[in-house]
Amino acid sequence: MADREHDTGPQRQRRRLLQAGLGATALGAIPGAGQLAAQAQGAFDWKKFKGEKIEVFLVKSPRGDLLTKYHKEFEDLTGITVGSEMIPEQQQRQKAVIEFNSGNTSFDVIAISYHVQKRLFGKNKWLEDIRPMMADKSLADPNLDFPDFAEGGLKYATQADGRIDSLPFNLDPWVVYYNKELFEAKGIAYPKTFAEMIDAAARLNDPAKGVAGFVGRGLKNANVPVWSSFLLGYGGGFVDARGKLTTDTPEAVDAAKMYQTLLAKYGPQGVAGFNWNEAQSLFLQGKAAMWLDGIGFAQPLEDPTKSRIVGKVGYGVMPAGPKQQVSALFGDGQGISTFSKKKGPSWFYLQWAANKANQTRILQAAAGAPVRKSAYAMAQSSADFKAPKQWVECMLTSARIAQPGLPVIAPVTEFRDVFGIALTNMINGADPATELRKATAEFQPILDKSEKA
Amino acid sequence: MPGLVAAPARGARFLARRRRAYYWFIVPALVVVGAVIVFPWLFTLWMSAFDWTIGSAAHFVGFGNYAKLATNQRFLEAILHTFYFTALAVAAPLVLGTLAALIFHRDFPFRGVLRGVFVMPMMATPVAVALVWTMMFHPQQGVLNYLLSLVGLPPSLWVYSPTLVIPSLVLVEVWHWTPLVMLIVLGGLAALPTEPYESARLDGASEWQLFRFITLPLVAPFIVVAAVIRTIDALKTFDTIYVITGGGPGTASETINLYLYLQAFAFYNIGTASAVVVVFFVIVLALALLLLHVREKTKWS
Repeated sequence: MADREHDTGPQRQRRRLLQAGLGATALGAIPGAGQLAAQAQGAFDWKKFKGEKIEVFLVKSPRGDLLTKYHKEFEDLTGITVGSEMIPEQQQRQKAVIEFNSGNTSFDVIAISYHVQKRLFGKNKWLEDIRPMMADKSLADPNLDFPDFAEGGLKYATQADGRIDSLPFNLDPWVVYYNKELFEAKGIAYPKTFAEMIDAAARLNDPAKGVAGFVGRGLKNANVPVWSSFLLGYGGGFVDARGKLTTDTPEAVDAAKMYQTLLAKYGPQGVAGFNWNEAQSLFLQGKAAMWLDGIGFAQPLEDPTKSRIVGKVGYGVMPAGPKQQVSALFGDGQGISTFSKKKGPSWFYLQWAANKANQTRILQAAAGAPVRKSAYAMAQSSADFKAPKQWVECMLTSARIAQPGLPVIAPVTEFRDVFGIALTNMINGADPATELRKATAEFQPILDKSEKA
Repeated sequence: MPGLVAAPARGARFLARRRRAYYWFIVPALVVVGAVIVFPWLFTLWMSAFDWTIGSAAHFVGFGNYAKLATNQRFLEAILHTFYFTALAVAAPLVLGTLAALIFHRDFPFRGVLRGVFVMPMMATPVAVALVWTMMFHPQQGVLNYLLSLVGLPPSLWVYSPTLVIPSLVLVEVWHWTPLVMLIVLGGLAALPTEPYESARLDGASEWQLFRFITLPLVAPFIVVAAVIRTIDALKTFDTIYVITGGGPGTASETINLYLYLQAFAFYNIGTASAVVVVFFVIVLALALLLLHVREKTKWS
């Protein structure tokens, strides 16, 4: 009802007449009456929900910090008060699931990670479909410019049944960071294919000097996207159309062998326990020739107080596999809780959060890789933008060839756990085919159950 | 005759009435215990009989969750890891803590200051301790491997190796909790009488005999108390393991608690998690009974 209170003169008068004739309850019963009024009104007004209050539930990260910092701007623009809570990722995910499951949420807007929560939230329809609001001219910001969002992001935000239940915000395609100095010293060019990548790792690996040819995540759970980066290049996938796992196919085994070779043979000692931060710190010290991980981890590499390799870092697009060239993609966005009673104001928040100015700020603050294509041009034109040109190019190319780096299923965490253990075992010498067969057999019933329920 | 019967009966009625009046005083305690202990406990039992993952419907499966756990290799390994970890994390601090207590019981310069320094690890937050150790364990940049290289030893993989991970984690526990054992045993030593020692010395007993036949039996009850506290702490250790290894590499350091956490808060399998809690409770209960039994025995001697 709130959205009708700010109608301009003629509509209000007309409604008063209607109310006089039909009574307020009858008006509510006429299907589409509100929509008709809105269409007649046409104009978009940021102040439409002035005086309302929404609760926003964000993840503690540089991007969450950034949005929180500029909430005042949203409040001035719309007159909507924002209450926000920001907690670390894992706790945020747990709290979200528990609240949604209880059938009521304390928040109206929530930040979601597509690679983990898309299917779970989509299956339970916990987030509001934003398409009707996007189509409603009185609710959609004329500057929303939907096609400006990168394809990978839009694909991520669209559920299998066509619902769009969030606006994408940030993308994290996986790229290869490489140490140009080490590559040049041996006269090796940046690899274009998987075979060249393995070859380069072999030639650059120098345990005597403490230099690893390749570094990446070996820690269970965290390590799965490294394997899936290879899996996608080999033309493999996670689940087929009938819901059967394809994680023990020859492609999957080839990818696992590549994972085993790169990490166990050309990786540093103890890589089985490495998460991104251990890998990053090794690369920062100039002790690894290549590091495969999300593009969002680039920032410290060019920071002289943290990095010994400032100016020597190359940002490479994931080399092509035998079948295709794919960059494994992570991403996050914001959606509206289906239990929210403030959907209009929440939708305004979504549009504001993903607007071009905020997206450009992500780049300027080196807080991630925004989903809007225009943000890169805008950021590069500003004087205080420090990210290397190669990083920007790498991001744009990677986003174009990106595919989800994890299966879009509800039990993603369990998938990562089961296959993560298999991969860690491979680093410690287990046979890839056997491990994958075991993991697939273990996970298939879990997947079946999650899809049946 | 009726008079004789009537008098005690009246007295009994009076007592019974008073007893009934007293019962009302335990109601608040009953309510609190019922609400915060008994109800959650029964509810956990109830949930453990369901196949329930958050986000989907619950099905009643009776003992199905337990049957699955009984054949789940990962869970059974987690139990073994828990026992292995607990045994080491109780035994090592007990031996070292008792040794430290004996040393600090002697008189030497700066004893007070050194005692203070020795108990400092105990005051540190477990997660902070774990984070610092994580850095020290790092195979390339960690200080532990640097120290090994100083004395000419080859680098170790510490928590990054499936076979060394549990002993390495125990190292953290030992560093953190030996002072607690030391404090308890030191308290015991301070309370010891001096007469037995004097008479034993007159009889020509050696230092070792003094320790073995007088000190040890007399402080044994204190050591057992320390053992009970350490066992409970070691069994429920979560923060150290979660922060340093997360149960890895693979599942090499996955204890029951880690497994439980994954089931409940990462996979949202509430039914399975509840069943794990029940099994864990039974294990804790059995161990507690065993330790109580040992304690009774030390009291007798």
